Amino acid sequence: MDESPDLVEEFLVEGYEIVDALDADLLALERDPSDPVLLASVFRRVHSIKGACGFLGFLQLERVTHAGENLLSLLRDRTLPWSPPIAGALLALADAIRLLLATIEETGAEGAPRHDHLIATLSELQAPAEQVALPAHAQATAEGGLFGQMLVQRGLIDADDIKFAAHEQQLGDPRHLGEILVDRGRVSSEDVLTALHEQEAHRSGLADATVRIGVEVLDGLVTLVSELVLARNQVLQNAEAVADARLTRTVGRLDVITSELQEAVLGTRMQPVGTVWSRFPRIVRDVANARGKQALVEMVGAETEVDRTILEAIRDPLTHVVRNAVDHGIERPEERLAAGKPPEGRLLLRAWHEGGQVHLEISDDGAGIDVDAVRRTAVSRGLLDAQEAASAGERELLQLVFIPGFSTAAQVTNLSGRGVGMDVVRTNVERIGGAIDLSSERGLGTTLKVRVPLTLAIIPGLVVAQARERFVLPQASLNELIRLDPGAGGGGSAAVEHVAGAPVLRLRGRLLPLAFLADLLGDAGAAGVHARPGGTGPAGTVAVLTAGDRRFGLVVGEVRDVEEIVVKPLGAGLSDVRLFSGATIMGDGQVALILDVVALAQRTGVIGAGAAGESDEVVPGTPDDETGDELLLLGSGDRRLAVPLASVARLEELPAAACEWAGGQEVIRYRDEILPLVRVRELLDPTLRPDRPPASDLLQVVVLTAPWRAGLVMDAIIDVVRAQATLHPEGRRPGVLGSMVLQGRVTDLLDLDALRPDRVALVAPRAG
Amino acid sequence: MDGRLCTFRIDDLVLGVDVLEVREVLRSRVITPVPLATEGIAGLLNLRGEIVTAVDLRAGFGRPPADGPAPAHVVVSTGEGPVALAVDEVGEVLDVDPAALQPPPATVAPAVRALLLGTHLIGGAPLLVLDPRRVLARPPSGARPSGGWVGTPIGALR
Repeated sequence: MDESPDLVEEFLVEGYEIVDALDADLLALERDPSDPVLLASVFRRVHSIKGACGFLGFLQLERVTHAGENLLSLLRDRTLPWSPPIAGALLALADAIRLLLATIEETGAEGAPRHDHLIATLSELQAPAEQVALPAHAQATAEGGLFGQMLVQRGLIDADDIKFAAHEQQLGDPRHLGEILVDRGRVSSEDVLTALHEQEAHRSGLADATVRIGVEVLDGLVTLVSELVLARNQVLQNAEAVADARLTRTVGRLDVITSELQEAVLGTRMQPVGTVWSRFPRIVRDVANARGKQALVEMVGAETEVDRTILEAIRDPLTHVVRNAVDHGIERPEERLAAGKPPEGRLLLRAWHEGGQVHLEISDDGAGIDVDAVRRTAVSRGLLDAQEAASAGERELLQLVFIPGFSTAAQVTNLSGRGVGMDVVRTNVERIGGAIDLSSERGLGTTLKVRVPLTLAIIPGLVVAQARERFVLPQASLNELIRLDPGAGGGGSAAVEHVAGAPVLRLRGRLLPLAFLADLLGDAGAAGVHARPGGTGPAGTVAVLTAGDRRFGLVVGEVRDVEEIVVKPLGAGLSDVRLFSGATIMGDGQVALILDVVALAQRTGVIGAGAAGESDEVVPGTPDDETGDELLLLGSGDRRLAVPLASVARLEELPAAACEWAGGQEVIRYRDEILPLVRVRELLDPTLRPDRPPASDLLQVVVLTAPWRAGLVMDAIIDVVRAQATLHPEGRRPGVLGSMVLQGRVTDLLDLDALRPDRVALVAPRAG
Repeated sequence: MDGRLCTFRIDDLVLGVDVLEVREVLRSRVITPVPLATEGIAGLLNLRGEIVTAVDLRAGFGRPPADGPAPAHVVVSTGEGPVALAVDEVGEVLDVDPAALQPPPATVAPAVRALLLGTHLIGGAPLLVLDPRRVLARPPSGARPSGGWVGTPIGALR
């Protein structure tokens, strides 16, 4: 057979799609075997595979599907009632089709015949069972077929009308069902036409409006569009220099169109979450059957769209979680009944967009995680000592489930519970910049929440520079930035310390292990110098990063900017360089490498066998309340101030010389906009103003988010603390909401509303 | 069918590669170095939005490192994706008789031999025919060429 490879390829792609849909239909039929639409759809799907393989010469596939089709036609015509053995055989048929497709994909041929047994089963099942079904014709007409059912479902007519019309037909009335109904005035001709059209749509499928495009074509478009964006940016810059009105207008249009094109092209990569979920009902059914359980899958938000690369990345982790939920979460029917629950367990999958991310939730109403069992396992495995275990909170204990090899399952099954998995699930989710959270209530069920970015194609990243080269740190793994002070000691900056020769940073009472980007990159000039105790104190910035459940600090030379970057694969021959997860093209057209935070942590030794992450060993006096708000601590003279971290967009050092006055307001040019400045120290201590000390060359500016959108000029940026301190109203005065005690010092909480540049005049009128 | 080779010079070596394997020739580009990459990989460059690995074959051929950035790159298909070869000069496209391809002289170091499909004699001077599929291969350790065998200056071809 010398069929064209293109045709076979297309047949395979379509075949896989059909067989996935077939699975879904069969499972739905198992719940409602009387649904004529579903039966018709199953029949059609099997039939279309049969048709294509006859044409392409796949004889084995044709025989199998033919046997299935015969059985299905009896079911469709109601000659044969639905039964569990039939359901099993039809699912086995779907599996056989899938297997044959895979064999064809791999080898180009069907291989040795293997499905004779299945064909025999499918044929045997065609023999009617004891009870004799109604003659096909009578049954079909009595219900009026699909078309009649539609009209009944819409409440336009009732079943008796159909029975009557069918009876007329049996008595020899040549008119169609619809005609009889219209002539009797039971239904309008428009309604009949609409129903007929819909029936037609059901038959032909809705595939005509779509075109199948190869993914590489789309990827090529995305690449070209991002280049177009770069070119557009350069044109914009040049046009600005020329300052020609007509050119500016044209370039403006080019700008808008390019942005829209980029959005549209990126949109083509999106796929609904349902494409991954569609496999789950089948998996749940198989696992449940194997374990003697009953489980039902419900899906909410299957239409939620995600970039296909993200879908690809979460497919296996989610499958694992779903398997786990049925295998370990949902109890056997008798246990459920004893616990006062319905015998059938329920698995709820939810997906929605929120905050530029996709949220996925998998919850079951099973037994929940036995926290005491987790505690016992943790102690027996030496992860916690008895005292720690006793005092550990439920949330903390649940986190242990993500540790490699951790399992509380009393019985290891062949499906799950080998203690591998949840750690891999988390690693996979975090590798794509996502986060995972587990909550469970004993006896009521377990919920796993996963957050993933909308797209991997474009991610926010922090551009850092090391030895004249730029690198990108994915924002998703970045917690905070801390400036290193080479002079060491107190003030607003942190200093590197050494514990047993290893560099660490004291951060809110914890010791954060440090790695130096220069060392990791094998920068010969800098290697080892920073990391050695007693070496010269390094300058630079610590990026506090999260990899798995570990935090570590990466010392980088220089922090540039946060940018939305387009992620591209590394070039050929670089797959063995583990430190980079990809590359991107910067605004100037040059390539910058994207750092792989997990690989950095592994190389540093933060993750790995026996590695210790952040340590709790030094905790004198510094309360670190994880439930409070995060506050940014600032220094102004000898005074300590605080603002909510949520209101801070960025921390900047800006040249004092760049400050200007506009309309009685001090401003600075900042990232293509004019940022009003508020000099907090002068504002709060007006006495300082006449003879204020000469400002340093660089201003420490806290850039606030909207609605404040202003820069607070501070003397020092000290720390970020999470605290639930009591606000004492005694400290209240213009510009200050009140005082509290943070890190053992009185700290004023700034009243940002009062500090808005347009209102500052109310606080302290500025003289001329 | 006649074979056509795109010729170029690396240090004092004259090399050719099948024109069908050549995607394009680039003038000087900014290369972003990749720390910890295999020796011979110069870095990455931007080819109209596609990120392409730049390869410097000098070490592979036992030649000293270049003084500055490569003046040109020849982008070839490797099966693993496009690769930009750093070259000192791009020559002309030559018609050759594929049947006249000879194995590289026995004196060629094994590491160099691994990179070649063979040699052509053009006007009496050898032209080394590069196998683009081998340029990303890791050189066998200990098989560094000593530079004992010398190719032909590009001028000899003209």
